[in-house]
Amino acid sequence: MKINDLLNKKSEWLNREGPKSNIAISTRVRLARNLKKHLYFNRADRDQREETLNEVMQGIKKSKFFKNALFLKIKDISELDRAFLIERHLMSKEHAMDIDSKGLVIEEKEILSVMINEEDHIRFQVMQSGFNIMGTWSVIDGIDTEVGQYLPFDYSNIFGYLTSCPTNTGTGLRASVMLHLSALVMTEQIDKVFQAISKLGLTMRGFYGEGTEALGNFFQISNQVALGHSEMDILDNLERIIAKIIAREEETRNNLVAKRKREINDRIHRSFGTLKSARIITSSETIKLLSDIRLGSDLGLLEGIETDLINEILLVTQPAHLQKINSKKIAPFERDIKRADLVRKKLGEE
Amino acid sequence: MKCDMCGNNQASVHLTEVINDKVTKLHLCEECAKIKSEEMQSHFGLTDLLAGLMDLGPAMSEDGVDPSVTVQCPVCLMTYYDFQKNGKLGCGKCYDIFQRNLSELLRKIHGADRHVGKMPFAGKKIVEEQKDMQKIRSELNELIKKEEFEKAAILRDRIKDLEKEMENEAGAE
Repeated sequence: MKINDLLNKKSEWLNREGPKSNIAISTRVRLARNLKKHLYFNRADRDQREETLNEVMQGIKKSKFFKNALFLKIKDISELDRAFLIERHLMSKEHAMDIDSKGLVIEEKEILSVMINEEDHIRFQVMQSGFNIMGTWSVIDGIDTEVGQYLPFDYSNIFGYLTSCPTNTGTGLRASVMLHLSALVMTEQIDKVFQAISKLGLTMRGFYGEGTEALGNFFQISNQVALGHSEMDILDNLERIIAKIIAREEETRNNLVAKRKREINDRIHRSFGTLKSARIITSSETIKLLSDIRLGSDLGLLEGIETDLINEILLVTQPAHLQKINSKKIAPFERDIKRADLVRKKLGEE
Repeated sequence: MKCDMCGNNQASVHLTEVINDKVTKLHLCEECAKIKSEEMQSHFGLTDLLAGLMDLGPAMSEDGVDPSVTVQCPVCLMTYYDFQKNGKLGCGKCYDIFQRNLSELLRKIHGADRHVGKMPFAGKKIVEEQKDMQKIRSELNELIKKEEFEKAAILRDRIKDLEKEMENEAGAE
């Protein structure tokens, strides 16, 4: 498998087979682990970092979960490929900085990936479609247990799994669900959700865009506490709260259709019209318009547009994806033209 | 120089701000600086927040100097002061060396300073061995109370063996 092979197939987590995929796009769980007797990345010198990278690579190669995986050294791949992998959520932005001695392992279906020498020696990640916290946990738990037999994870009887940053100490667990909360934003209930979330040991942020802005009403909710509660308790807490938010969004969507159907219908079809006709379109406008269409599709106001097509367009219209599809670097303005072309093509327009 | 914000008071605080790669210099009076600093706090990153928690953290010794921030980890040579600056520990040993300060910090972050939950395979073994050890030790105490020294000697040797085994395993850490 090569990086370019990823371009020609759909990520499994993009499909709409996952539970509640009308509102929950994907569920992601990651585990932070470090090797015993190895300095953390921020403290290790070049040789020590290389040693860690090789040891972890060797350990993961033994795993049955990564039989046909792609093993990458970040410094060997182009800047564009790095941006491409970040857009696919296979690695973090931090991982693309200070690139010496960093590694990435990607399993064939793009459900599993491992960052090596990010902030911690190992960051396992499992991503699945829809709202599926326990299912995602059971996969990553299995990988962690198996790889733990090949690699000596640093663990203390007091503090649990030891990590470079104390915010991850203990379970090293962070689970997050990406949600599309258009109705809660439209009805101005989203601030209440934000307030409630922060009181419950969870955090919520906009998925696209910087800072507090939530472009296209896509949000990511994750646990903040990693120590003092078992993995099951942390995940159970997250699951219950997100289930409530999803129920609230669904209820509000139904209310919107019942009370403001004409207005909603107008907005959705205007957005659809723009996407089908635009000749120049920025990334942020695309996200906003696709958000409306996603809502319309779920409410049955837009025939023939499936959620997984919208998810796919969201992914492939990002800057690095556009450049990979066109097999060359493209300047921002020209990208906006190529993006508009691609969106029209995907929506069956000329 | 007058304050850039209110235009009335004399400026006594000079601030350099970088917004979208543009450098802006602000000259403020004390009152406006206070308002500005509250505004800026909302932009602080995780490291700043951690540093904020840590400021409250370590207890002072009797002479008023905090000795714990200068203690150095013998493995990665990091001091607690270094950790306060960048928010990241240098190695697993840091958790032993800074245990007291870290416990307090972890309680502030997570509301707890003890792990419950999954442990790696090797971790399970150590916990079981420690349980064994506790059991044997209490048996040993019983035997000594009963003055059954011969039996006690056998147990004492068993404890020594177990300790050696555990040390060897810990040596691999």
